[in-house]
Amino acid sequence: MKRHPLFAPLVVIGGLIFGFGLGYSHMARPEVVIDFLLFEDLGLLFVMFGGSIVAGLGFWLLPKLRDGAPLTGRPYERRLKSFDRNVLVGGVIFGVGWGLAGICPGAAYASLGVGNWPILYAVAGMFLGAYAQGVWRSQRSTDTDAVPSDD
Amino acid sequence: MLEGLAGLFPNGVERYAVGGLLVGLGTLVVYAGTGIAAGASTFLESTLSYVSDASRFQQYRPSRDWRVLFTVSIVAGAAVYAVLFQGGAWTTAVEPWRLFVGGVFVGVGTRVGKGCTSGHGICGVGSVSRTSLVGVATFVLVAILTANAVAALGVSP
Repeated sequence: MKRHPLFAPLVVIGGLIFGFGLGYSHMARPEVVIDFLLFEDLGLLFVMFGGSIVAGLGFWLLPKLRDGAPLTGRPYERRLKSFDRNVLVGGVIFGVGWGLAGICPGAAYASLGVGNWPILYAVAGMFLGAYAQGVWRSQRSTDTDAVPSDD
Repeated sequence: MLEGLAGLFPNGVERYAVGGLLVGLGTLVVYAGTGIAAGASTFLESTLSYVSDASRFQQYRPSRDWRVLFTVSIVAGAAVYAVLFQGGAWTTAVEPWRLFVGGVFVGVGTRVGKGCTSGHGICGVGSVSRTSLVGVATFVLVAILTANAVAALGVSP
């Protein structure tokens, strides 16, 4: 697919800020997440609220300023996913994993960046889990909830 | 009152607040330029499309290249933090089996549940999406129960 020449550099800049922020917030450390879940340090509330407020301001403001994004022409839309049983089932399964390992996908990538090589166990597990559910759902013809990808 | 609050935040809030604002800013930079609300867990399935023909992964083929770039940049950004502020590498004391088994659950759950802490938690909550609010409430509640159950069984860290 032909992309705007600034598309890749922008993704890199966004990823760098995102990853730096995860390192700075200490969320890249499983111990910090587990301490949060055990109510021993509630600081992670500030990560989630801080992040969603900044993103939310953009999601709210940008559509008022422009019709579409400069590099893709895509309309500025909110991130809205349809609600069904999968949201609950997946949320429960994810919750078990987050509580057990203290790691979520973005934080796992950032964890690798802060030098935490044992996180590769978690990354391997995430790929295995994503693969297993993908193969399982691919074999069930009734599951047709394929969504348009993000270009 | 203040002492009680300080007990809930033994490491202060600066690192969390600044880190969270930057996480939101990184998301916003990509969104402002491309209109894409990028989550972190889609990378797992989009990358699997390089090696698997399973139909479920093919919907992510068009985005898989930039998602690899985004993830590599997340790793690099965290490495910049480590070099500038952390004074070198940090490694976890959490047991490998917890990381691996937890990782499997995270891999299944985030993809079945349509998002993770960044997709639902940052982009979805930022969008005031009811689906994401329910999703976040579900995984946070279950994670609290799980972590406390594991701790009660004497597993630490």
